[in-house]
Amino acid sequence: MSEETNAAAGKKHRQPALEGWFTLDNEKPHLIGNQCADCGTFYFPRARNFCKNPACNGDHFEDVQLSRTGKVWSFTNAAYQPPAPYVAADPFVPFTIAAVELEKEKMIVLGQVVAGVNPSDLEAGMDMELVLDTLFEDEAAEHITWKWKPL
Amino acid sequence: MSSSMNNEIAVLGVGMHPWGKWGRNFVEYGVKAARDALEDSGVRWQDVGFVSGAATMRCGYPGYVAGATFAQALGWQGAEVNTSYAACASGSQALAAARAKILSGACDVALVVGADTTPKGFLAPQKGERPDDPDWVRFRLGITNPTYFALYARRRMALYGDTQDDFAQVKVKNAEHGFRNENARYRKKFSAEEVSASNMVADPLRLMDICATSDGGAALVVSSLEFARKIGRADAVKVAAVSTVTPTYASSVIEMPDIATDSAAVVAAHSFRAALPVKAYEEAGIGPADVDVAEVYDLSTALELDWMEDLQLCERGQAAQLVRAGDTRVGGRLPINPSGGLACFGEAVPAQAIAQVCELTWQLRGDAGARQVAGARVGITANQGLFGHGSSVILKR
Repeated sequence: MSEETNAAAGKKHRQPALEGWFTLDNEKPHLIGNQCADCGTFYFPRARNFCKNPACNGDHFEDVQLSRTGKVWSFTNAAYQPPAPYVAADPFVPFTIAAVELEKEKMIVLGQVVAGVNPSDLEAGMDMELVLDTLFEDEAAEHITWKWKPL
Repeated sequence: MSSSMNNEIAVLGVGMHPWGKWGRNFVEYGVKAARDALEDSGVRWQDVGFVSGAATMRCGYPGYVAGATFAQALGWQGAEVNTSYAACASGSQALAAARAKILSGACDVALVVGADTTPKGFLAPQKGERPDDPDWVRFRLGITNPTYFALYARRRMALYGDTQDDFAQVKVKNAEHGFRNENARYRKKFSAEEVSASNMVADPLRLMDICATSDGGAALVVSSLEFARKIGRADAVKVAAVSTVTPTYASSVIEMPDIATDSAAVVAAHSFRAALPVKAYEEAGIGPADVDVAEVYDLSTALELDWMEDLQLCERGQAAQLVRAGDTRVGGRLPINPSGGLACFGEAVPAQAIAQVCELTWQLRGDAGARQVAGARVGITANQGLFGHGSSVILKR
């Protein structure tokens, strides 16, 4: 949707809550990580200067889109409102959180789970996919982030 | 790393200021604990050659230079000072600094002190927009400390069949221990029903599964074995090992404050918590079977079970069975957190690892009163600080 149609529909400008952490593809978004050019280790968030593998002296990285599906490692929820810099709606609405294991990257990534999914709906090993959703809104914009959604 | 008597130092005295939400200056708690430890040791303050403070980040400049702050408050007497910061593991780092000084022959007696005054509620990050700081990022996304404790707890339920009632039983047990400890902040017994009636914080953990933050202070007077002999304290409890290791890449468990684990795609995965005691056991020249009592960092009830397994006190996945059998109570086969643990103390960050050593010292001396573990000769502590700070101390008679 273009900026003009957004404005015409009275919709707020959508902007990433964390710049450069994920692609802005509404259909099939990916987290943006990177990979050491020497040893191939993946990083999310992206490594900046030096590879953290103790056996590697790499300092060049290539951006990669991380797998957008994975399996639930564990899950919980936030029943109480987190402190700032979390920006809460008023009244606060509890949300579910999942730790999802990416098979190729052998990495676990945390994220909120889309609204309407409760801890009782999840179990370890379940397939999840990455989607984009609102983290919070302010007067200027709708701030979006990645969330996990059961497949 | 060779295990030998040469690595040992003596614990001549221990002292604590009771934990609570007193709202007073942290220096007051530290000095009270230090004076008690000095009195307990029989050593004059003027004879202490090294003051090793554990820093607090919440009490302004005096907290950043805690070693000097405590030395000044006790009355400058020319000792050398040092301050250590390693988040929740600060106290062990301060003890490690004192031990290094003593073992190198640079001093005979050292005083180790940690104290804190804490704000109310969730621990929050520093102010400002800081997307390069993982601690800022995770709070922005609504991920608090209890989130991580809950992820570990839920993982145990999935892998080992632990239940919320198992976790509640840990609280019931620790509350019973803390009820008998005059330094504990919460001295009230609870039933499993009361635990399960408390508010959900981070599913599956409830308010009473998660530790609070507290004010408190703890101190140790430590010396060379030779000095201990010289003053007729050859029988003092000894520090047999201090492990302050960092993780090994790739760390495979999601850790505060990270949003993702390391990638184990090209290097082997390692567990930080499981690695911690390995160095301690090696250094002390003993094994898990020698342990009589343990003080572990029960930030949550379920985490106590993880620690028992990480310390190799039981097989992986078996900790809940020990709790169900009553083995981890004082009077049981392997008492865990006889002090009452964080469940009854709440966390006073720079004092906590020192408080664990105080408790084990009392236990090994046979001075623990109503919560005494009969015949305890070897004890181990476990604790972990944010950003890769491990802490495990072994004490023996």
